[in-house]
Amino acid sequence: MDRTPTPSEDRTSRTRTPQVGARGAPVRPRDPAPEPWEDPNAQPYVRIEGVTKRFGEFTAVDNTELSIYQGELFCLLGASGCGKTTLLRMLAGFERPTSGRILIDGQDVTDQAPYARPVNMMFQSYALFPHMSVEQNVAYGLKQDRVGKDEIRRRVHQLLDLVQLDPWAKRKPHQLSGGQRQRVALARALVKRPKLLLLDEPLAALDKKLREQTQFELMNIQDEVGVTFVVVTHDQEEAMTLSTRMAVMDRGRVQQVGTPTEVYEFPRTRFTADFIGSINMFEGTVQEVHDGRVRVAADRVPCGLEVDSAVRVRDGQRVWFSVRPEKLRVRPDDGGELAATNALRGTVRDVAYMGDTSIFRIDCGPGELVEALQPNVFRSRKREIDWDDPVIVEWSTEAGLVLTE
Amino acid sequence: MTEATAKPGDATALARLRTAARALARRLSVDGRTGVIALPYAWLFVFFFVPFVIVAKISLAQMVLQRPPYTAFLLWPDGQTWPTIQVFWSNYAWLLQDPLYWIAYLNSLKIALVSTVLCLLVGYPIAYGIARTPATVRTLLLLMVILPFWTSFLLRVYAWIGILKQKGLINAALMSLGIIDQPLDMLHNDFSVYVGIVYSYLPFMILPLYATLEKLDVSLLEAAEDLGARPIRAFFTVTVPLSLPGILAGSMLVFIPAVGEFVIPSLLGGPDTLMIGKILWNEFFSNRDWPVASAVTIVLILVLVIPIVILQRQQVKAQEALE
Amino acid sequence: MTRRLSPFVITMMVFGFAFLYGPIVSLIVYSFNESKLVTVWGGFSTKWYGELVRNEQILEAAFLSLKIALMTGAIAVVFGTLAGMALARYGSFRGRTFFTSLVTGPLVMPDVIIGISLLLMFVSTQQWFGWPQGRGVDTITIAHATFCMAYVTVIVQSRMSALDGSIEEAALDLGARPAKVFFTVTLPIIAPACIAGFLLSFTLSLDDLVIASFVSGPGSSTLPMVVFSKVRLGVSPQINALATIIVGIVTIAVILAGILMHRQEKRRQADIQQALQQAGY
Repeated sequence: MDRTPTPSEDRTSRTRTPQVGARGAPVRPRDPAPEPWEDPNAQPYVRIEGVTKRFGEFTAVDNTELSIYQGELFCLLGASGCGKTTLLRMLAGFERPTSGRILIDGQDVTDQAPYARPVNMMFQSYALFPHMSVEQNVAYGLKQDRVGKDEIRRRVHQLLDLVQLDPWAKRKPHQLSGGQRQRVALARALVKRPKLLLLDEPLAALDKKLREQTQFELMNIQDEVGVTFVVVTHDQEEAMTLSTRMAVMDRGRVQQVGTPTEVYEFPRTRFTADFIGSINMFEGTVQEVHDGRVRVAADRVPCGLEVDSAVRVRDGQRVWFSVRPEKLRVRPDDGGELAATNALRGTVRDVAYMGDTSIFRIDCGPGELVEALQPNVFRSRKREIDWDDPVIVEWSTEAGLVLTE
Repeated sequence: MTEATAKPGDATALARLRTAARALARRLSVDGRTGVIALPYAWLFVFFFVPFVIVAKISLAQMVLQRPPYTAFLLWPDGQTWPTIQVFWSNYAWLLQDPLYWIAYLNSLKIALVSTVLCLLVGYPIAYGIARTPATVRTLLLLMVILPFWTSFLLRVYAWIGILKQKGLINAALMSLGIIDQPLDMLHNDFSVYVGIVYSYLPFMILPLYATLEKLDVSLLEAAEDLGARPIRAFFTVTVPLSLPGILAGSMLVFIPAVGEFVIPSLLGGPDTLMIGKILWNEFFSNRDWPVASAVTIVLILVLVIPIVILQRQQVKAQEALE
Repeated sequence: MTRRLSPFVITMMVFGFAFLYGPIVSLIVYSFNESKLVTVWGGFSTKWYGELVRNEQILEAAFLSLKIALMTGAIAVVFGTLAGMALARYGSFRGRTFFTSLVTGPLVMPDVIIGISLLLMFVSTQQWFGWPQGRGVDTITIAHATFCMAYVTVIVQSRMSALDGSIEEAALDLGARPAKVFFTVTLPIIAPACIAGFLLSFTLSLDDLVIASFVSGPGSSTLPMVVFSKVRLGVSPQINALATIIVGIVTIAVILAGILMHRQEKRRQADIQQALQQAGY
């Protein structure tokens, strides 16, 4: 997989060393051990090779390649209908790929039935058996493997302890709250110690507060059990918080794979840039490439754009210069001279006060609304910049990004 | 999970063979699924579809005095390789010639149609009322609608004889109150048939109506009233259109079996109550003319095809909405 | 949702239920009438019940009908459950439209049509293959199972469609093979629908006059056939007594079912209380 340059200021590593079955205190690896996806010698744990799935005329997943490493918390992110759930269901064995192969831990599971796979799934609806108690739900998978009675009891309670549900063991699912049901589903899927745990929108059914809390719980539990997680989500914030790496999908294709930082700061396509967070984009033509610095003449804003970029472009190429709102600086227009590049004059059209930050919509020429996010550094009753104020928007040469596709 | 956890390296030839066999089975989808569909499919095909083909075949035969009492479809004279097909259209010609039959068909349709409208008029307010009562009472009322369904249909129809006859309950009550001097003729005519059909099929109308009315969001009515519609107007512009699926389903559930009804016209109807179910029964049991009875059956099926298709479309739609 | 009812609706409901239950009440009342005449109250008496239990023709027919109804229920539940599952779960398969028509057809097809066509088929197959040897319990059971199956299918299908399909996928995912999934997960969940389907099939079979009349043979008269031949001649208090017994059985069954459900609900509530206490609330 070719990737954009990795930023040096990467987030704290959260990948785990292989420790399947090793119970007890989890070992958290420290840098500088390289992340497996950066290590050319590392073997991927899950490999999706050229997988395509068609339903009649409709192509849900289109020739997808993915490698997932052991201990990862890998997110499949995309809007509904992008093929992420189909991909997950193929990993679980509920759908068979039209073409391509799926390997888990070196074994080809493409044609393996769901009940024969070392993979378990946590369903979006949780799919708890309504006629069984919490305990029986969690024990169900072990019973299928003819595990001994005492062993079943021990492991079920170990898992219920882990998700803090032991007091509720005898209850039926309909007697639990949404958050408790979610934890039963998690315990049930983990009890067989699968090689791979699939989570389909694991937090979608919870309310906002609970969702944030559960995100961290989910990460802690994964830390503790050391199982590789693949999470399907449509919520980009969730994917950013949870994942070691993520794949952004659109119309059956993987648009980009990378760590949350890579995907946010170095999107490769306009789709990814636009899908994750918000971004200002100016279409233009490359004027000059010199010493890692690209100069772009924008079509619709009256200023030169300059950016430090390693992306290979040539003179005269059509590109999209983009810059995220939080990387812009807004100041009142003092009528002074404007910098030659990366600076615009405009009028404030909209101010959205968010408490910690404010979002400004600035009119910088006909039809060009620029969005800027400014931290509210000082406490003040009166806004420094308000509606219809003339302002100057500036940014540094490191802030922007050149997109070619 | 033993196979799954095995390392790929130590997979034995046998295990590999088994995986391959299973993969093949999955590709051919020779699994439980096929059996699940095949068993009921085969049963219904043999005992529900094939009989119609046989009826169609016999409707093209002629009555003869032998066992079975109709001419053969295929004639196989000695020395001939291929059989000859023997078809008589005389039964259908007979149905056209004798006004008894088409009068009976038309009369059945008329009685079924009127009964359906009556059922709708009586059933709609009841279904509406049940859907709007508090949940606890609602369960009880629903149960009360279904309960008669569990007791004998025949006996419930029979009960009306005692109520409607000349020296029956109603006449006795009206005469003792001095409202009438002469007993009313209420039994053995079209009136008693209508009463019987409406009474017997009312639950079939109420239940689908209830099902759609119960799902109706009250805030829609409130919105209509908020926008200036009076309750009556809100009812006719919001409630009725939204309950159309229930009206359609209920009407078909009453209309279709009512057309072919036999028990009600023979117990409550008079000698001049011509309904096709009764004619069919007589043709078969009294006249013993099986080919004509078959032809009557085939025409009745053709008459009922349109309402049955409407009903099935409705059910498919409702099913899709559920899924 | 609840909403205030207009007097018109309330009046219609009162009359509607009176209309539904009046005839049944009159049947019951006159089963205790000493006099044979409907208009004359000859005093309270149970003599018609005595005559009924001494009427061997009716008893024999009732026994035969019960036997047929039990077998019908069993066959209809098995086949109807399979058909309902196929329709609710298997999406589109080859011949689905035709299958749907076959399943729902018997629900609306008038009895006379089902009866006559099955009889003609039995006559033909006897001529071709020598089966069935004469008509009686077997042919009536087959005929009843065919149309009762449709009811079971509809009940099971609607129950399964309302069910979250991923529950069965979860069981597969946890390592249960399809047959095991059916017996440990699907069947326990749809059991109420199957029981309802069985009871309905049983009742419908017990109740059927027209189809049984066509496909029965000499010496196999079901209860409705005997009742019909009697009531054709007019009102008979013995039949009233029979109706009262049937209504009584159904009412008792319904009340029992109600009590059972109420108990279950109470036990569930107790479970919740206990769990709350354990959790330290």
